[in-house]
Amino acid sequence: MIDANNEAAGKNSLLADFYREMRRVRTFEERVGELFVRGQSAGSMLHLSIGEESAAVGICANMRDGDTFTTHHRGHGIFLARGADPARMMAEIAGKEAGYCHGKGGSMHIADMGLGHLGANAIVGGGIPAVVGAGLAARNRKTNAVSFAFFGDGATGQGILYESMNMAALWKLPVMFVCINNQYGMGTRIDQATANPNLHERAEAFGLAARTVDGLDVEDVNEAAAELIAGARAGQPAFLVIDCYRFFGHARKDKSPYRDETEEAEGRLKDPVIRARDKLISSGMMSEADLDAWDAEIATEMDATIDFSIAEKEPQLSSMYRDVYAPGEPEPEPVRTRLERVLARE
Amino acid sequence: MAKIETTYRDALRLALTEAMQADDNVIIMGEEVGRYGGAYGVTKGLIDEFGEDRVIDTPISEAAIVGAAVGAGMAGLRPVAELMYVDFIGMTMDQLANQAAKIRYMFGGQIGVPMVLRTQGGTGRSAGAQHSQSLEAYVMHTPGLRLAMPSTVDDAYHLLRQALKQPDPVVFIEHKGLYTMKGTLDTDAEPAGWGKARVMREGADIVIVSYSRQLHHALAAAEILARENGIQAAVIDLRTLNPLDFDTIRPLVEQAGRAMVVSEGAMTSGVAAELAARITEECFDFLEDPVVRVAGEDIPISVSPLLEKHSVPTPEFISDAVRMMLK
Ligand SMILES: Cc1ncc(C[n+]2csc(CCOP(=O)(O)OP(=O)(O)O)c2C)c(N)n1
Ligand SMILES: [Mg+2]
Repeated sequence: MIDANNEAAGKNSLLADFYREMRRVRTFEERVGELFVRGQSAGSMLHLSIGEESAAVGICANMRDGDTFTTHHRGHGIFLARGADPARMMAEIAGKEAGYCHGKGGSMHIADMGLGHLGANAIVGGGIPAVVGAGLAARNRKTNAVSFAFFGDGATGQGILYESMNMAALWKLPVMFVCINNQYGMGTRIDQATANPNLHERAEAFGLAARTVDGLDVEDVNEAAAELIAGARAGQPAFLVIDCYRFFGHARKDKSPYRDETEEAEGRLKDPVIRARDKLISSGMMSEADLDAWDAEIATEMDATIDFSIAEKEPQLSSMYRDVYAPGEPEPEPVRTRLERVLARE
Repeated sequence: MAKIETTYRDALRLALTEAMQADDNVIIMGEEVGRYGGAYGVTKGLIDEFGEDRVIDTPISEAAIVGAAVGAGMAGLRPVAELMYVDFIGMTMDQLANQAAKIRYMFGGQIGVPMVLRTQGGTGRSAGAQHSQSLEAYVMHTPGLRLAMPSTVDDAYHLLRQALKQPDPVVFIEHKGLYTMKGTLDTDAEPAGWGKARVMREGADIVIVSYSRQLHHALAAAEILARENGIQAAVIDLRTLNPLDFDTIRPLVEQAGRAMVVSEGAMTSGVAAELAARITEECFDFLEDPVVRVAGEDIPISVSPLLEKHSVPTPEFISDAVRMMLK
């Protein structure tokens, strides 16, 4: 977890930290793909954030303790950059008891209240209005926290985004909307889904501070984020669009037949991980060998998440009825128990 | 064309294709229905045959998709809107329940809303709590909406053709676990009528009423019971939940004296609850046992394949429940 505001971190080491964190995100996502290939993931609805690492890392570096956030279905990288334990994440993706949500959530529903993660969402736009509420809580309880909604370009099709932006601006809430524009919602390119792809203009119309930043360079993202988040913390809600490219298919099984190879090759040139690496090397801040050593270390760390998640236990069947309601409340009666009771005879 | 071996998915596509060939007013609209071919491949290729004006890729805007279908239907088109997952129905509920369902009645019978909302639901893909639900009860609880849920390849075709002839809004819920199911489709055969249930298996000991994928679990359970216990269970496929064909259910229940309703939706206030109440009211004098509901647990669906599987009825559970009744 990086804190861009930590005075001890000089500019040089900050870029190195960004690189390291982005590499962790990418490697983690690659291992998620591997878990699927090995038949060990719970299902195939796995949405990898490869190509979007600068959004996760550049924003999360500007979060503080107490800040809260919600993510969309492509949220692994964001949570990891906020300090998640990748092993528990992988276990959740494998549907295991040791996962963040005990195998009940899965890839699309990882959450950890301890880290301010109010939840990943499989409903496009579903997590957005919660940050308005979290912003109200921050305001009324004077916590100085900001609440962040991470979502994709596709979510700009949902009316609830506009309702939420309007409320945030009206009430001057400490809220930050982060739109990760990877150019696609499934097979639909952004210009096929909207007549005006300049998404930040919509936020301006509501009175939010709004910008678009190129996600190629994590330092640019960090800079834009720092400025907007400082404003949000002071009651000027903000909207940041991060332009990037979804390197692979929508979910693990999608081979992207709707776009051609030239486009994909070009899109993948917009690679924030490689960009940071090149900058570190060309500026003499780090050697290739140093970076390779980091990469290897990270590969080992992430390999271990696969072993961990495979070795862990399935949830117990009896856990099925737990957490529908609060602890201490009666659990729903299992259908079988009810039948046995109803049909019991002397 | 007559008899073909095909799949549930392809039978649905054939019904759409023929309806579109027969009537220029039939349009399809929804997320990824065109270039992508549908999240589950049902509309694959239709955009090539019918063009972008009739197979319309929409933004991710469920409420407006359904609302636009309502208006299109009122204005002379025959829209087939696709909702990628039935779990998103909540986002469309105003358009569906307050608009589509009310328009004919509220406006004194001046106009109806001839539209079909195709969607799919159910468990089986580790798709998690927001992509695995069975929400047909929401629809069945709303007067003014028709509700069809095909369980066979034959009905994937015939029920959809029939839905496209209805004067009122039809919610057409497919099951994600059935798309690859193979079967024989006879396009020329006189199909079971719209609103008619079908007796899939005869049996004098108990009547199991079901629909959608659970029908297959009920049939599998009936096989287990016949083989292992010599119990003969009749199995009825409802096909449409509105209209509800009680005339097919009543005589069989009166004969057997025992009935069970099997549904994937959550037990409480679900479709099975409605049917159990109806059977109890109508066949009370003939019943030897309470009418039993075997339905989804009253819990959300987990991503864990193990928990998911046991959150809804399995053939083993259904046969256990029948044995409990008959012991
Ligand atoms: C309400 C709702 N509609 C549709 C879907 C199906 N779906 C899942 S992700 C997705 C595309 C989302 O695109 P975007 O918001 O740009 O996020 P990305 O996948 O590009 O990260 C769609 C249509 C859904 N999960 N929820
Ligand atoms: Mg996108």
